[in-house]
Amino acid sequence: MKRRQFNQALAAAGIAAGLAPFGIVRAQSQKLKVGVLLPRSGVQALIGQSCQKGADLAPAVIRQVLGVDIELMNADTESNADTARTRAERLIQEGAHVLVGAFDSGHTAAIAQVAEQRGIPHIINVAAAPQITEQGYKFVFRNFPTAIDLTRNGLALMGEIFRTTNTVPRSAVFMHVNDTFGQAMAKGVGAMLPHLDFLPFKVLDTIAYDPAAKDLTVEVSKAKATNADFLMLVCRLNDAIILRREMAKQRWNPMGIISPGSPGLYEEQYTKALGPLAEYAICNTVWFNPKSEMTKTVGAAFRQQNPKDMLDFHGTNVGYTFDAIMIAADAFRRARTTDPKALADAIRQTDIPVSRRMSLGGPIRFNPKGQVEGNLSAAIQNLKGRPTVTLPAEYAEAKVVFPSPGYKKT
Amino acid sequence: MPLDLVTNVLIAGVLTGLVYGLMALGLSVIFGVVRVVNFAHGEMMTIAMYAAVLLFAQWQLDPFLAILPVAAVFFVLGYLLQVWMINPFITRPEYSQFMLLVAVAIIMVNALLMVFGPSARNVQVEYQLESFALGPILFDKARVYSGAAAVAVSALLFAFFKFSRSGKAIRACADNYLGAKVVGLDVKHLYGLTFGLGSACVAVAGCLMVLLVDVTPLLGPGYTLLAFVIVIVGGLGSMGGALLGGVLIGVSEAMAGLFITPSAKSMVSFALLILVLLFRPQGLLGRRT
Repeated sequence: MKRRQFNQALAAAGIAAGLAPFGIVRAQSQKLKVGVLLPRSGVQALIGQSCQKGADLAPAVIRQVLGVDIELMNADTESNADTARTRAERLIQEGAHVLVGAFDSGHTAAIAQVAEQRGIPHIINVAAAPQITEQGYKFVFRNFPTAIDLTRNGLALMGEIFRTTNTVPRSAVFMHVNDTFGQAMAKGVGAMLPHLDFLPFKVLDTIAYDPAAKDLTVEVSKAKATNADFLMLVCRLNDAIILRREMAKQRWNPMGIISPGSPGLYEEQYTKALGPLAEYAICNTVWFNPKSEMTKTVGAAFRQQNPKDMLDFHGTNVGYTFDAIMIAADAFRRARTTDPKALADAIRQTDIPVSRRMSLGGPIRFNPKGQVEGNLSAAIQNLKGRPTVTLPAEYAEAKVVFPSPGYKKT
Repeated sequence: MPLDLVTNVLIAGVLTGLVYGLMALGLSVIFGVVRVVNFAHGEMMTIAMYAAVLLFAQWQLDPFLAILPVAAVFFVLGYLLQVWMINPFITRPEYSQFMLLVAVAIIMVNALLMVFGPSARNVQVEYQLESFALGPILFDKARVYSGAAAVAVSALLFAFFKFSRSGKAIRACADNYLGAKVVGLDVKHLYGLTFGLGSACVAVAGCLMVLLVDVTPLLGPGYTLLAFVIVIVGGLGSMGGALLGGVLIGVSEAMAGLFITPSAKSMVSFALLILVLLFRPQGLLGRRT
């Protein structure tokens, strides 16, 4: 290098260094780093992996739709709240700008605490425990109904099922998983049911059980002994499979199984593991909007990335996880910075129209607590090995079947 | 509480307890003779459960038929584990035996996680969802067969120790280690044989258990703990005690679920354990040392 060239280079470096504090030459971060926390192993592994499919396709779809670049930082919560907390800490240390997750209410509450302490936005994909958005957090946002909304929607659909099928069940036995989500749902059902005069049945017994239970003989025996007309169930996946098998062993054929809003019954593994026994189970739960433009775009990406999977089995998990990342990307596009406070402010101003969301509900707008209101549920029934929308009527793909054809009064 | 409900739950508890008993029998046999506590017991059973799942998936081999090959393989592996790995630790302090077997257990769990992943697996035999009915009382077929098989295998093991030359020699080793050496018994071989038998026992329990519960790699530690509770309640080193302890724990878990709340199942087992430790520390059928 000649002396003149050296001097020019030195001058250029000097100018750059001098201007750097004013942000003139400092490159703006072009990528949003999204830390995705999901239970990809442990007792909730199958559902966590299902949610992960929604996260995996998000970067390409969002680049195509919003022109925003996202980098995913995936972390496995191992179906454990303590692990969820430490993984969230690590993602933040490694430079995540936003956290998304974590399917389970208990894990999500742990992550929300970390996010709030560290001032990093946390967008909840799936978690219904109401208290998460009742703590006055400034960095925690949820586009998923609370257990109260989920229960209200679920019970309203239950009434619609009975009206549509002209059935009047007189009694139910309520079984629920004994975890944060299950307890929140049980509380919601207990509080709401006595005031809903359009539901004709009485709950004869409430049975809580361990979500990691290996055997549900006693629980099913107790439920069967109530002689209830139908089983109202708030479950996860593995326990739902064990429970349904035990019902068959004990020859218990109530009018049906109806969930007021929980995972498990519409999952692929439920159908695979149980075959014909999985038929006719109904779950009144959050679902994806089959008519939304975004569902078509995401559906195409899903089929490309997962040629062996059916979107029907993953739609809710994929939809809500995708939407959470979409909210982050949309806020980043508007905020034009990865500064966490600016991102949180932008998330608060979110207004995503129905056509741009995959999950079923109105436009995505957060209330002052960081909660999206107006997420809807649908009555999903397993028909011919496929989770099928049976209600509300405007989204229905088939008529709801209730009571189940195998129904026998015990 | 309706009587048929109580009877149904009681029967399920007894039948499950018999399989628990067989599992704990393996632990009791090993401890009774070799004086080593197998902290990898539950993990070994989990491996046996996976073996049964694989044999069923590959050749549709019923877990009851899988008992023979799986138990044979476990017998050989148990023998080799004892002779090659555990024997040098027999005279070492108990904490080093403990660390060795805990390390083996951790390796087993992680190896299973690497090979099979975290998802639950099971076998779907034809009679899996069927039951015998006697009026309002239902007997889950898989449980009845498993309970009967557990009793049969336990009886065989009793007979082996009572009547065979090798069984008598093993009992001699257990009674007097030095005396057995003095009279020329091959103690190292007999210890290997005992560990092999204990392993075969847990393999049979695994093949039966896979009919009752879905298997995941993380099942092992829970069953190791359960086996400990059972043998302590029944009497460490007592074969009859292990079976009795198994049935007691099976029944108490079922009854606690029925009369208190399903979440109280383990609580009652541990309460029983504390009572036994307080009032009969040698266990229900154990001998006072």
